[in-house]
Amino acid sequence: MCDAAGGGGGCGADTDPPRRHRAPADRCESGPASEWTPGAAPGTPRHPRTCMKCGQGTAALVIRVGDPFCRGCFREYFVHKFRAMLGKNRVIFPGEKVLLAVSGGPASSAMVRQVQEGLSREAAKRLRFVPGLVYVEEGAVRRQSPEQREQTLAQMETLLQATGFPYHLIHLEEALELPPSILQPGPERAGTSGTSGPSYKEAVDSFIQQQRQDGDSGTSLPGHSAPDTPAGPPATPRLPDAAQTQELLRCFEAAATATAREELLEMLRTHLIVQTARDRGYAKVMMGESLTRVAVKLLTNLSLGRGAFLAVDTGFTDRRHGDVMVVRPMRDYTAKEIAFYNFFFGVPSVVVPPLFTKRREKPSIHQLVERFLLGLQEEFPSTISTVYRTGEKLSPEPAKASSESQRCLLCLCGLDTYGEEELALEPTLILEEPAAGVESKAAYIPLLCYSCRLTFKELGPLDTLPPYVRAEGQRRIRRAEMEQNQEPSES
Amino acid sequence: SKISVVHCFYFRGGAELLFDGVKKHQVTLPCQPEPWDIRNLLKWIKQNLLKERPELFLQGESVRPGILVLINEADWELMGELDYKLQDQDNVLFISTLHGG
Repeated sequence: MCDAAGGGGGCGADTDPPRRHRAPADRCESGPASEWTPGAAPGTPRHPRTCMKCGQGTAALVIRVGDPFCRGCFREYFVHKFRAMLGKNRVIFPGEKVLLAVSGGPASSAMVRQVQEGLSREAAKRLRFVPGLVYVEEGAVRRQSPEQREQTLAQMETLLQATGFPYHLIHLEEALELPPSILQPGPERAGTSGTSGPSYKEAVDSFIQQQRQDGDSGTSLPGHSAPDTPAGPPATPRLPDAAQTQELLRCFEAAATATAREELLEMLRTHLIVQTARDRGYAKVMMGESLTRVAVKLLTNLSLGRGAFLAVDTGFTDRRHGDVMVVRPMRDYTAKEIAFYNFFFGVPSVVVPPLFTKRREKPSIHQLVERFLLGLQEEFPSTISTVYRTGEKLSPEPAKASSESQRCLLCLCGLDTYGEEELALEPTLILEEPAAGVESKAAYIPLLCYSCRLTFKELGPLDTLPPYVRAEGQRRIRRAEMEQNQEPSES
Repeated sequence: SKISVVHCFYFRGGAELLFDGVKKHQVTLPCQPEPWDIRNLLKWIKQNLLKERPELFLQGESVRPGILVLINEADWELMGELDYKLQDQDNVLFISTLHGG
């Protein structure tokens, strides 16, 4: 009796047998080379297993723990999951402008493809929002030469243009020009909080009615929307001037650890994307974080001291920016599913080098957690999905009206730092005091949540911080001082 | 009788960066007494194709966690993974799902 190669069928990770040397059920001594017929369809494995869904097709890949799927059923499964994710969460309203954040990587590229697929279906089932694309070019901090950066940009622009959606190419250097207002949540629009404005169902019903009246002109079809690029032949995207690149690099090089540098990159990128959305009237941003990436982020952020904010950092919806809501529709797809989908169905992606590291620097917490989880996954194939499903049980704290003095300067989450006195004594948070009269880094600490304090300490001196962070920080410090001076003294 | 087999290896998703950026390698594996299974193939790749940082591609006798292996465009989990015996004209594709570095 051959060993059934399937896993524990969803049981806990510790009941799954090690997978490394397990052979498929029907493996026998492989036959002579003559079994291979040149005319056989591509993708026919030597020891074919049948698709568990349709029972007919030859399996092309194994999903989850031991579920073989053929290409056709896999495609259906993949496409369905996207629509189910949006349908279940019901936050994308019909006709809404949604900005897709594209990194060139496999997950965000697959996300764009799903949006294209969803928009192209027949009217009744069609996705109903209006997409735009944004790409943040980060070559400066990925050690790319100007030529390589231009090449990456050209490749990305080709990719974005092919969708027909309006797109925006921005450079990470533009983070140096962000307004301080990005560090404050924008005013929430009517309807998003559910208190005023139509409910999701009402909005969908009225949209369908409207479409029937308009004769369904398909206003959300790609190609109808005006591209947000100047008319005429697309100019080769220009790189920022060297001085800006240098200033950006100063910020990153001043970071003392790889962990702080990764956090800085993610922060600048997010702020740039949200600002683009705000400037261009997008109420929603879609990020392409996969299930694998979300699980890694969950454990990473826990290790970084962001336990209080895991739901917001990894959940489907992230409302911290107020008027712009970030959603993560790819969070139910494993990296493997995405890679296979992109390969089978020709989804292009662009590879860029990783964020630079210094010689002999210890790896970041992000890298360590990724290595840990992926390694564990080899022997216990339910590891990552278990982490992910545990994360799904977290829900964000109900939004309460909080003043800016209760929100972290950098991550915009509610401050979680009670017991200031104990924290002030923590060795990890003690900063060297500079000469009198010089702006001190320590003055920023009360503005930050616990985890951002740790990151902040590992970033460089104040003059290496992006200007918008400094400006907003100074403003809050001064305001807090004024408020303190106005209060009658209690001691 | 012994046969030499021709194989194509493709590298994708950033894995090609470890192989001088070359995505496709068409090779003829030399005759040898041991069978050409994926296990031995990986050893051969390490000795003959990998230009740098083997630990970014291999771990122990297998590929590093996060690297997918496709044999003739199908998941190697369906084919016996390391034990799969290579045949003439087989294609092997490695896709990295790692986020670099």
